[in-house]
Amino acid sequence: MERKTSLYETHCALGGRMVPFAGWLLPVQYSTGVIAEHMAVRQKAGLFDVSHMGEFLLKGADALANLNHLLTNDFTNMYIGQVRYTAMCTESGGVIDDLVVCRLGETAYMAVVNAANREKDAAHMRANLSGDCTFEDLSDDLALLALQGPSAPAILQKLAPAEDIPKKYYSLSMRVPVSGIDTVISRTGYTGELGYELFCAAADAPALWDALLEAGSEAGLIPCGLGARDTLRLEAAMPLYGHEMDETVSPLEAGLGFAVKLEKPDFIGKTALLADNPPKRTRIGLAVTGRGIVREQCPVYQDGVQLGQTTSGTHAPLLGRGIAMALAPAGSCCVGDQLEAEVRGRRIGVEVVPLPFYKRA
Amino acid sequence: MNTPNDLKYAKSHEWVRFLDDTTALIGITDFAQNALGDLVFINLPEVGDQVVSGEVFTDVESVKAVSDIYSPVTGEIAEINEELLDQPALINEDPYAAWMVRVTNITDTEELLDASAYEAACAEEEG
Repeated sequence: MERKTSLYETHCALGGRMVPFAGWLLPVQYSTGVIAEHMAVRQKAGLFDVSHMGEFLLKGADALANLNHLLTNDFTNMYIGQVRYTAMCTESGGVIDDLVVCRLGETAYMAVVNAANREKDAAHMRANLSGDCTFEDLSDDLALLALQGPSAPAILQKLAPAEDIPKKYYSLSMRVPVSGIDTVISRTGYTGELGYELFCAAADAPALWDALLEAGSEAGLIPCGLGARDTLRLEAAMPLYGHEMDETVSPLEAGLGFAVKLEKPDFIGKTALLADNPPKRTRIGLAVTGRGIVREQCPVYQDGVQLGQTTSGTHAPLLGRGIAMALAPAGSCCVGDQLEAEVRGRRIGVEVVPLPFYKRA
Repeated sequence: MNTPNDLKYAKSHEWVRFLDDTTALIGITDFAQNALGDLVFINLPEVGDQVVSGEVFTDVESVKAVSDIYSPVTGEIAEINEELLDQPALINEDPYAAWMVRVTNITDTEELLDASAYEAACAEEEG
């Protein structure tokens, strides 16, 4: 039985088409459709319910040391209110999850994890904690809304004090009243656009959602579903757990080397990651040149020989063409190479292109 | 939901416009296009291909997924709507103008419904 976020009734009233996703019932799209929702985020603004995401609170004098042991990035020099992306690995270097860590206080950190991995992550973290560090799963009490797009700052300024809205990418502000509702505003997102993610008490989410939609109506803000979330992150070449990486893929292979600090003292997975650095496989970008749409798990061929397979693929609404990402042996191909992808028994042309497919101007 | 009275419908959500006893235009219904969402690719058969009632004759892709389209008739493809190859979104805009194929030499059909029976079938499917 799928769980419902506190915005379930709101989505239904807005014409959201509810589908099961990672154990939750969420809107894949609203009546405007995926393409209109995608374009709204690229050109104006879109509002997403991402309350299915999990939030953990780690507190104590040894919270920092525990995060540095559990995760691949280094959290030593974060200021209070800073947000940092990271992977969490197994001893063999596979990705358990990718997440962001927010420093909330002197010895308090919040980890935001993928919904599908929440229980697995919590078990892994709890099992590896040591010293003075408490672990609390806040997920059921918190809602998370994502306001994304070039008009997001102007919309948010109508409801919150301008000085409380975070100015820097990957930073957050706490205890910000938005239309009178207590929120944490993080300048992060999963769309490749400027935007914010707003944490609030689950019970406050419907009022916050309505206030944001109303404040943004003149600016063209519309509600957006999981369909647009996926096409937006794919155009921006942001990896999705279970697609670009899982426990059989290392963060280095997935192109997340920027979030792996191999010079850091021992952390879970370090030995295995050092042994495969540089990695034998890498993530590549493909643009479809033939007719069709390449989706996930399509074999990719170079001169008739299989190189690997796609990890995600879709029609990119802004680019107006099919795009895909794939794992391929390192050095096997370079930008401009013409390859083939097999889609339902048919091979169609694809070209190796640089990642990301889209970058905000 | 738009369901014109002058068309026949298959339960698998295709419409049939008979031009004469053995020739028809075929497309997908408003119910189908709405359920599929924004269409971004269509893979049409070729002129001369044989199609068989109840069997897949083409597929369409929305942003999210690929879906098979079943032929409501048995016959031969006489013409395809090439405009759809470049603009599959025409199916979303006006599914009854956006015919996919013209079939001739029709020898058999699915059990075809009139508009009211098709609407009832859709209502049942939606539960």
